[in-house]
Amino acid sequence: MPPLIDIIPHGERVEGHRPWPRLIVTADEWRHVAREIAAGRATLFGLWGDSGAVPTVHMAIIADTTGEIVVISLACPARKFPSVGALHPPAIRLERAIHSLYGLTPVGAPDVRPWLDLGFWDVQHPLGVRQPAPAEPPAYAFLPVEGESLHQIPVGPVHAGIIEPGHFRFTAGGETVARLEQRLGYVHKGIESLMTGATIEQAARLAARTSGDSTVAYGIAFAQAVEAALAIEAPPRAKYLRALMAELERLANHFGDIGAICNDASFALMHAHCSILREQVLRAADACFGHRLMMDRVVPGGVADDLRPGGLTLLRNTLQHIRARFPRLVELYDNTASLQDRTVATGVVTAELARQFGAAGYVGRASGRDFDTRRTPGYAPYDQLDFAVPVLTAGDVNARVWIRIREVEQSLKMIDRILAHLPDGPIASALDGGNGGNGEGLGLAEGFRGDVLAWVRLKDLHVARCHLRDPSWSQWPLLEIAVEGNIVADFPLCNKSFNCSYSGHDL
Amino acid sequence: MRRTLLESLTSRPLTEPPPATDDAALAELAASVERAARRRLGRSLAIRQVDAGSCNGCELEIHALNNAFYDLERFGLRFVASPRHADVLLVTGPVTRNMRQALERTYNATPDPKWVVAVGHCAADGGIFAGSYAVAGGVGAVVPVDLHIAGCPPTPLQLLQGLLALLAGASEDDRRLSRGGS
Repeated sequence: MPPLIDIIPHGERVEGHRPWPRLIVTADEWRHVAREIAAGRATLFGLWGDSGAVPTVHMAIIADTTGEIVVISLACPARKFPSVGALHPPAIRLERAIHSLYGLTPVGAPDVRPWLDLGFWDVQHPLGVRQPAPAEPPAYAFLPVEGESLHQIPVGPVHAGIIEPGHFRFTAGGETVARLEQRLGYVHKGIESLMTGATIEQAARLAARTSGDSTVAYGIAFAQAVEAALAIEAPPRAKYLRALMAELERLANHFGDIGAICNDASFALMHAHCSILREQVLRAADACFGHRLMMDRVVPGGVADDLRPGGLTLLRNTLQHIRARFPRLVELYDNTASLQDRTVATGVVTAELARQFGAAGYVGRASGRDFDTRRTPGYAPYDQLDFAVPVLTAGDVNARVWIRIREVEQSLKMIDRILAHLPDGPIASALDGGNGGNGEGLGLAEGFRGDVLAWVRLKDLHVARCHLRDPSWSQWPLLEIAVEGNIVADFPLCNKSFNCSYSGHDL
Repeated sequence: MRRTLLESLTSRPLTEPPPATDDAALAELAASVERAARRRLGRSLAIRQVDAGSCNGCELEIHALNNAFYDLERFGLRFVASPRHADVLLVTGPVTRNMRQALERTYNATPDPKWVVAVGHCAADGGIFAGSYAVAGGVGAVVPVDLHIAGCPPTPLQLLQGLLALLAGASEDDRRLSRGGS
């Protein structure tokens, strides 16, 4: 991939946007960048709308190899913008959401159906110029089906287990899935609307509740965005404690997922044992930081509380126990032929699709995409932690399990290093930079399922606008493709191997 | 696999014993489960969980109820796949407008007698999401609620205590334990 400087037009640079540049571009320049992304010379990293004096659309792009990021902004006084999705399918849903929420039209978009708006709100375009919603919302036009011996299986929104809601419309020929079409948005809470005008503290609490299983990652991404906007830094001890929390969150989720994936192949023994490890991690997190999921423990400026000494003892014991137990569970997974028969060659995502969609986290890394924001672009203290990023190429359920296994091993190493090198000092910096509480910032964090992006505009220490981009936006569409050609009974296995966020996606 | 299974037979179980000798509350609740559950509905309650818009934090802690430490099923409480099999709806989240209809249909599909437990701060009154264009209100704004379990999210122990308290309340024929009601 060429450096971004070769691709990005020489737009007018926005003052006070940190740490990466934001450029105001023209419609032609916007189209040029869309073509470059479609040609694979950069990765689409985010695409969101903005109201304000003039409605605007923003696009974040990243160079995978260097981690260089640029945000470009196009003003849309006529409430329309050139569709990126017309050239680059990964942008399609993002643009549908922009239209549903902001009323900005992507011109030339191949799919103009609403996304996130299911016709149940009182208003249309709630984040743009609000219109009253029609009394009878039009029926959603699911993709048409033609062919003999095909039947449809609608699943959800309420799903059979203890799980978030969404709609999956399967078209099957016998047992084989011919197509899966998702319809999401059921847990859309209007978070970005609630953020507008909020204090930083209130906005941080909202960010922490965007996707509960990634509350630490969201906390870090939001905190980094605010700190960038205010041109301040969290103290070193806080950065180390944030990383400790982030790796504990990763461990807890990976243990839960590995067990749950096996459970979806009816192998309950792995699920029972992995659940024990997950519970032990949560109890250690509670002992260290006062909350099992560590919600509200990361705050803009630093962390809310210091590591509790009693917690440290339990944490060390827990790590020792995990090191004793986990390898045997991995061996169990690897040696059970009937389980391998279910996970190997099931739910394949090709390397090309992973690259095209900028597939986040373990979904990308299991399909050859060597990308981890802790390393590239990277953020403190990971530059001091010497860790490996596992990458596999098979792209099946089994590969997504193995990436998690390897990441567990890396997280254990990282936690050892964090504890060995934890600096002394304050745990939070004051939220006053030299710019009067104003500024724009972009923050990133590598959550357990992938990169969380937070973009914030501050005015007088209040949030004027905040956009949160969940890694699942680059993963949900790939699930539709991964399940094609597999039997319906393998869907839970595929779905759990992705473990996309509904709440993080729906916002 | 054989070794792992054999170990489970010979090693101490992780399940935390009810009643623990130094946890009087759990002892009292454990005994009352048996009386209450048996009196009302034989020996068990079937629970259908519904996420009506949560951030998924509550779901994680509800999942924990099934792990070896909390082992929900030993109390006769278990999760079922269909509302038609359920005695209790365990509802999380502020009810989003997008989930309102699904929650109502799930409630209507659950045969009587049934109870609704609203889990978490959001389920009580919309919590931090109250006032959004996308949120209808707490669970009580959509279906009648018998019990609220507070927390963000409630811990598995708080969930367990709430579910057992529900049974105690149900056995006394008092269906409106919460301040919310219908």
